[in-house]
Parts: sequence; C-alpha cells; structure tokens
Amino acid sequence: MLARQQWRSLAVLSQSVPGHDPTSIFAPAGTPAHSIFGLSMLVLGIAAAIFLVVAGLLLYVLVRYRYRATGSEPAQEPAQIYGSNQIELSWTVIPVLIVVILFLAAARVIFSTELARKPAAALDVTVIGHQFWWEYRYPKLGIVTANELHIPVSDPLYPTPTYLTMSSADTDHSFWVPRLAGKTDLIPNKINTMWIDPEAAGVYLGQCAQYCGAQHAKMLIRVYADSPQQFAAWVAQQQKPAAEDSGASEGEAAFQHNACISCHTIAGTIATGTVGPDLTHVASRDTIASGSVPNTAANMRAWVDNPADFKAGALMPEMHLNDHDLDAVTAYLMTLK
Amino acid sequence: MRNTTAVPESRRRWLDVVHEWVKTVDHKKIGIMYICYALIFLLVAGFEALLMRIQLAIPNNTFVSPQVFNRLFTMHGTTMVFFVGMPILFGFGNYLIPLMIGARDMAFPRLNAFGFWISAFGGLLLYFSYLGGDGLYGAGSAPDVGWFAYAPLTSPAFSVGHSTDYWTLALLLSGIGSVATALNMVTTTICMRCPGMKLNRMPLLVWLYLVTSLMVFIAIGPLTAAQIMLMLDRYAGAHFFDTQAGGSAVLWMHFFWIFGHPEVYILVLPAFAFANEIIPVFSRKAIFGYPAMVAATIGIGFISLSVWAHHMFTVGLGAWANTFFTLATMVIAVPTGIKIFNWLATLWGGKIHFTVPMMFSVGFLFQFLIAGLTGIMLSVAPFDWQLGNSYFVVAHFHYVLVGAILMMIFAAFYYWSPKMTGRMLSEKLGKWHFWLFVIGFHLTFDFMHVPGLLGMPRRIYTYEADRGWMIWNLIVSSGAIFQAIGALVFVYNLVWSYFKGPIAGPDPWDAWTLEWSTPSPPPAYNFAVIPSVGSRRPLWDLKHPEDPDSNYEM
Amino acid sequence: MGGIAVLPHNPNEPWNLPSRGIVGMVCLIIAEAAIFIIFVVAYVFYLGKSLAGPTPRDVLELPIFTTICLLSSSFTVMGAVSALHKNQRNACSMWLALTVLLGFIFLAGTAHEWYNLIYRDGLTIRTNLFGTAFYSLVGLHATHVVLGLCLLSLALLFSLRGQMTSKHTERLEVLSIYWHFVDAVWVVVFLVVYVFGR
Repeated sequence: MLARQQWRSLAVLSQSVPGHDPTSIFAPAGTPAHSIFGLSMLVLGIAAAIFLVVAGLLLYVLVRYRYRATGSEPAQEPAQIYGSNQIELSWTVIPVLIVVILFLAAARVIFSTELARKPAAALDVTVIGHQFWWEYRYPKLGIVTANELHIPVSDPLYPTPTYLTMSSADTDHSFWVPRLAGKTDLIPNKINTMWIDPEAAGVYLGQCAQYCGAQHAKMLIRVYADSPQQFAAWVAQQQKPAAEDSGASEGEAAFQHNACISCHTIAGTIATGTVGPDLTHVASRDTIASGSVPNTAANMRAWVDNPADFKAGALMPEMHLNDHDLDAVTAYLMTLK
Repeated sequence: MRNTTAVPESRRRWLDVVHEWVKTVDHKKIGIMYICYALIFLLVAGFEALLMRIQLAIPNNTFVSPQVFNRLFTMHGTTMVFFVGMPILFGFGNYLIPLMIGARDMAFPRLNAFGFWISAFGGLLLYFSYLGGDGLYGAGSAPDVGWFAYAPLTSPAFSVGHSTDYWTLALLLSGIGSVATALNMVTTTICMRCPGMKLNRMPLLVWLYLVTSLMVFIAIGPLTAAQIMLMLDRYAGAHFFDTQAGGSAVLWMHFFWIFGHPEVYILVLPAFAFANEIIPVFSRKAIFGYPAMVAATIGIGFISLSVWAHHMFTVGLGAWANTFFTLATMVIAVPTGIKIFNWLATLWGGKIHFTVPMMFSVGFLFQFLIAGLTGIMLSVAPFDWQLGNSYFVVAHFHYVLVGAILMMIFAAFYYWSPKMTGRMLSEKLGKWHFWLFVIGFHLTFDFMHVPGLLGMPRRIYTYEADRGWMIWNLIVSSGAIFQAIGALVFVYNLVWSYFKGPIAGPDPWDAWTLEWSTPSPPPAYNFAVIPSVGSRRPLWDLKHPEDPDSNYEM
Repeated sequence: MGGIAVLPHNPNEPWNLPSRGIVGMVCLIIAEAAIFIIFVVAYVFYLGKSLAGPTPRDVLELPIFTTICLLSSSFTVMGAVSALHKNQRNACSMWLALTVLLGFIFLAGTAHEWYNLIYRDGLTIRTNLFGTAFYSLVGLHATHVVLGLCLLSLALLFSLRGQMTSKHTERLEVLSIYWHFVDAVWVVVFLVVYVFGR
C-alpha cells in the first residue's frame, strides 16, 4: 500500500506522453486538436513564406541601397519616386488572395468543430467553474465529482466523444486541455458547449485559462481518458455512496460536527453542502486542491489544517481543528475511495 | 535699494520656471510634459515587469505572493497603455502638429493644458491605490483585476474594497484627457493649416494623428460608458454586469473590446506616423505612395472598429460570429501590409543613412512584420482557441507594443529631441541603447511565443514544474535585464545630451517638413511669419528650386 | 537661422478654413454620441431579460408633452442665434429665455415621471435590469440637459446684461449645436425606450 502511494505521488507529477511537453498544442490527441493542428500548419506555412519574402526584400534593400560616401562633394539626392498605382494594386491584390485562402480554411474548421453532429453514444458532462476548482457532473450517470475528469477513450470507428456543457458559479473561467481541444470559457449566466474525444488512454493536463482571481494559476485540470473497462469500473465506483469504514467513525463525527458539511457533500451522509468540491470519493483522486497538490494523507491533513499554506486566497478557510480532530478527519477522508 | 523679501536669485528663478510650466498653454511645453510624464511611468511599469519576470523565471517561485503578482500585471498593463502609450503619443503629436502645419499653437491651448493635467491626475490616482486602496484580500492596495477588468470579477462580490474603483476612476479621467487632446488635434488640423497646405499636402504624420484622433472619439466613449455602468453596479445597486440578476458578463467584454481594439490601433498609428517622417529622410527619398498611405490609414481606422470580438473567440459567440470576426481581422492585414510595402519601396533606390533614428526604424520594420504575422495567426479563430489567453498572445502584443511602437518612439526621440532641446543626442550612446535593447527584446519576446505553444496561460503567478516551460521562461526573463539596461542608457543619454550634446541647429537631418524651418528649440510663437506652402515637402522645394515636388505630386 | 522665406502660395487665392468652435463641438458630439450609443445598446440588449419587477409596458407612458417642449426648444435656440446674427439683442434674450423655460419644463416633467416610477411603481435603478438600463440612459441624457441649461442660462444672463453682440454669434451657434445634439439624443431615447421598447 505504501509503495502504491509513493508511486502515485510520483506518477502524479509525470506525464503519460514521451518527452516533456504534456500541454503542447503540437501534440494533438483528439479530433478538435487535430483539426486545429492541421490548420495551424497551413497558417504557419503561409506566415513563414510571407516573412521570408518580405524580410528578405527588406534585408536586400538595406544592404544594396546603403549610403556609401564617395569623395568629398556633397552627395546627390537619389531619384525621387512618388508612387505607382500599378504597384499599389499588385500588392493589394496578392494579400487579398492570401486572406481569402486563409479565411476559407479557417471557416471550415470553425464550422466542423462548433457544429459537429453529436453521436448518440456521446457522454454528457456538465462542468461548472468555481473559484479555484472544477465541478463535474454526469447527469445521466448520477455522478458528481471534482477536479479530475474521467472520460472514455474514443475509438474513431465507434466514436464516444464527451460533450461538456459549461458554465460558472462565480467569475469567468476557461477550460483548456491543449492536447485535446482549444479552450472554451465558462461564464456565469451563460452556457457554452465543447467536445473532446481522446484517442489514447492516459492523463491529459490543462488549466484554467481566464484570469479568475487570486489562485487562477492553481486551477489545474486533469483529464483521465480511460479504456472502456476502466471507465465502467470508475463509474460503478463513483455511483456508490460514501464508503463506510467503522474505523473512521470518529473522523466522520468530527467532519459532521464541524463546518465541513456546510460546504461539502459526502453522498449518503448529512453533508450536503455545495460550495466546495464533492468529497464522496475524494480518496480515489490522485490530487487535491484542483490538481496542484498530490493526494497523500500528509498533504490532506495540511490542507484541511490551513488551505492557504498551499493556495493563499483559496476560498476554503482555516478549519481550526485541534490535532486530534485533524488526524481523525484526515483518516476519515482517506477512506472515501 | 532695500531687498525686503531676501529671496535668493536662483530659488526665485527655479520657482519661476516651475510656475511657468504649470500654467503654460504652449503646445510645445505641454507636449514635453506629456513625454516626460510618460517616461517616468515607462520606468515604473518596466520595473513592475522586471519583478514579474523574476517571479516567473523558475516554477513555484516565491519571490512575490500571488496577490502581489496579480496587482503587478494589472498595474503594468494599465500603466503602459494609459499612462505611457497614450501620453507619449499625444505628447509628440502636441509638439509636432502645429509646427508641421505652420500654426502658432493648437486650436484650444487652455483645453490642451486641461487635457494634460487631468490625465496626469489620473495616473497619480491609479498609483495612489498602492497606499489608499483595499484589494481583493482586504490588504489595502492596487487593482488586481487585470487591465481589462472582466466582469463579474470586478463586481462588489469578488472585488471588495476600492482597488477596482481606482482603476475605473483613473481611466475615466485619462479618457476625458484623451478626448480633449484628440478634439484639439482634429480642430487644429482642420482649421489652422497655413495657406497652401491643403489636406493632401499635410505631412503624413498629421494625417495619421487626424485618423487616430477620430478613432479616439469613437473608441473612448464605449470605455467611458462601461466604466460608468461598472460604478453604478458597484455603488448604486445597478445590474449591468450582475449575472445573479440576469446581467451579462459578455456585455462587459463587448463594450471593453469595442474600445480595446481600436485603442491598440490608436497606439500604433502614431508609430506609423513617425516611420512616415523618419524613413524618407534617411533614405533621402519622398515617401512612396502618399495617397495610398492615406487611404490605407483611413481603411485601418474604419476596419479596426469592426474586429473587436477576435478577443472573444473562446467566449461562445457562435460559429457565424467567429467566422465574421476572423474575416474582418484578416482584412485589416491588407492595408497594414500595404504600409509595409510602401516603406520598403521608399527605401528602394534610396541612399540609406544608418543614423540612430534609422536603426530604430529598421528594427521597427522587421519587428512589426513579425508582429503582424503572429496577429494573422491569431485571427484564425480555431488557432486562437488554442493560443488565446496564452503566452503566445502576450508575446504577440508585446511584439507590437515594444517591438514596433516603443521602437518608433525611441526613433522619434532621437529624431526630434534636437528640435525640442536644441542639442543632438549622443550617437554612441544611442547605438549602445539600440543594441542592448534589441538583443533584450528578442531574447524576451521571440522566446515568449514558445510557452504559449506549449500550453502556458497568461496571468499566472507561477506554473508547474512538469509542463516543460521553465527553460523558456528563464530565457524570457534574462532578456528583461538587457532591456532594462538599454532603457537606463537611454535615460542617461537624454540627461547627458540636454547639457552636453552638440548644438543641433534648425535642420540637423537635412529634412523637408516645416518644423525644420524654425530654430531649435522654436520660439514660443513658432514662426515669425506664417509660411505658405506649395507642396508636401516645402523645404525640399527651397533646397531644390530646379526640381520642386509640386511638379510631380500625384 | 530663424524663420525662412517661403514662396507665397498665391496671394489672390483666399484661404478659408472652417470655424474652430464648430469643428470642436462636432468632435465632442461624436465622442458623446459614442457613449450614448453604448447605453442604448445596453438598454435594448436587456429588454425582456429582467428576472422580476416592473416592465416598460407596465409603467411607462409616452412623455408627449415634455418631448414637444424639448424639441421646440431647438427651434427657439435657432431663433436666438439668428436674432443675434442680426444684432437684435432683445429678441435674442427672449428666444434664449424661451429655450431655457422649455428645457426646464422638460426636466420638471422627467422629475415628475421619475417620482411616480419610484414611489408609485417601485422601480429604481436596483430593482431589475429594466430599472438599471432605464435610469442610466435617461439619467445620462438628463445630465446633458442640465449642463446645456446651465450654459444657456449663462448665455441668457450675458444677453440680458447687454454683453452679447452679433460678433458672438458663432459662439452662441456652437452652444446651439450642443443643444441640438441633446435633442437628437432625446429623439433616439424616446423612440427606443417609449415607442419600440414597450
């Protein structure tokens, strides 16, 4: 058990892709990211070509027409050319053509991404942004969780994409997992949708991309693309109410007699608060504090004691528990697999 | 003769000088005050940037707290746009426009002074927030909502205390000053040109400032309106951006960017204006395609009013809106490209002198080209879905603001400060300034594109070690140091040359527009006799009476 | 060293440029129009979106009388300018006084309307989105009316004291352009808020 925990805390800070760029837009792993990648190659190519031509000309001009002092008489002014309508026309028409090409390519990807037909087998997840954590609800599966999004891998032959319906409970946020798709904002009083379809199993990293307050930097995203079996197992586990462990009853009591229940939900108990993340299966997550802290007993205890030690400005206050209660609550939380 | 008050001679003279500057309505003095004021804020905001870059050099750094960092990027952005960019560009415009059109002063000298002092007060008010405000975390401090202050982060629920109000009020005042100055510039340009200076004989600088000022009228209004609405929300219980009452966060974004996008063109057009004056002189040729340049400028002015939602591609406006704004944004590249080509054609066939102003202008040409190209990349909405709100965007707009605009501002300093002070700036120090700054600029802003491509969002006070961003951030931060040194060399140059620089005379560059026909510095009345002109380059005609411009102008 | 002799352009050709005051005022109007347009956009955007509370149809009545007064004041101020141009100082004072009076009637009418809205219908700026957008838009306009009336009253004062003559016509014309703008904004507000928006 200890070995597994050690492995987990290391694995948390590693990535499941070879190389060191887990959030590179040039390593697409899903259809939206692939179509953007393809488009970006066209755009970069055109931009590079324009740069080489214009910068090349500029360089040439600067070298060729550099003033060279010859003799002592004052230099003659060069021939004064005031303009040429034909030349102006030519360098208007060519850019317009380039714009048309780029625009058509862009429009195609805009429409294919935003108006993609939703397959019947798509998974629906509701995402609600909070200051500084992510709430995930699976309406058809009866699951509520936080910060670590489990979704099935999507096979191109039988696509099972995940459709995210998104809004915010407070300020603006933005969901960005570069290897899967472009970002979409979470805006209060507005509903946005996007879809992702990871093609390979693994963890995909991202983070909030719209400044939302003090701990915007630590509102990290972890998307777990599970194989169909793994996903089914995860769903089954999450659908159960909270694990009952008689050894943790003291912690459970401490949890329920303190202010914890006013913010947190633990399914099957009297804790039904919705201000903070759902903790029913908190021990099954790799991280806490929205992906920024590995989920170990020591970290959990430190977090409950004073969240500001990890995330100054997080909305969870210091809980002012004595050491005994702190130990008990931590032990209880760690049983909630 | 009894000396009753016994005030020492030197102190009385010093007080007189201060008094003279405080009550002046002379466009030249007001222009210089704008420029000096902006330079001070440039150093302050630059220092804020330096602190941020130290914090970001390594992951999980603790050089500054998250709260302090969030204030730093808010203040850095707000200061640079409103209290460096706008004043410095208005300062040069104020100084040059009457001289270039053969007038004695601006149309409304007292309004001119009012515009300066209210803007100056706005800047001081913003910085007073460090002392007097109350931040998001009750600590008492500067605004920390980002320079575009998105709702509902700015609502009383999420921004307690007064720090946001300092942002709002400081900018409101600065906006009034901007409108006043723009009004003055338009009126001066239309109503006070010297005889013979028809609109198509004005220096291009005057044309560009005319278009800029018209854009100010249309762009500042939405910002002012949004700020009034924000204040009503925060203090009168209004619900403009109150999402709990059915209000819309997106509406703030629309209003802000309807201001914000034209604003960046308001900042860049004066840089183009400087290029239009400086590049011809050091190529020894007239600008190529004057009418096309005017048309392109007007085109840019109009189109820039219709592209604002390219800042909102990720907000969920819908496929049709995203498509429209992609198209509009790409279209603006056409007149902008035309300008670059015209500058190229001006250089072509010329005799290029690489004086310090010209060196900065060359830097501008290359860097603006790159900035424009990254802009075109971002205009492609799907590409922006990945790169929006990332360090790629930060790199792009700094490439424009520093690589293009600041570069031309430096060029303008080296070119026109001999006229303003009567003394040349040191060429040697200028070259040190140029190379230090350019090296630093490229170290910082070229490499800054990479973290964006690797998924690094903006406005984060730190980042995870496992993202692969550290090496790039380290390089970016190292460039900041070179730029800081370059800026200090520049300041030293300004001070040293004021006292010890070689005397400039009226026309040190052998240039062709009317400001070079006055002494350096010009007397208060500018021209002893109001000139009258017969072409776009009156001094060229005088120096080349056998071949005046008026024979050729299209 | 100092000024240089420049070829005179053509001494016989006149060189007439527009009046500074008028150009300046037009610029100010463009800037102010931009502010008003945004408030109108916000008003239109929020039509029908209030979650609760009174709606325009419930509580707004067409302010026909005050509108006629305000729009007529544009004609009276034109009368003042034309009288001053002909150096008819007494007539000018009379027209100015009429303009100020009509403006005051408009303001009084607005105040009366707001009194009813607040105390009878319970609509304030904080009630709902309609209240927010209505009071800010109409209030912004009313502020401009107040400013205009202050300036017009000053002009009236100068006129009554005999200090205004025909050589001040252009200045009065600049002020009248501002007043026409205020009236034009009211036409838009009237149509958007009281006609199409109800």
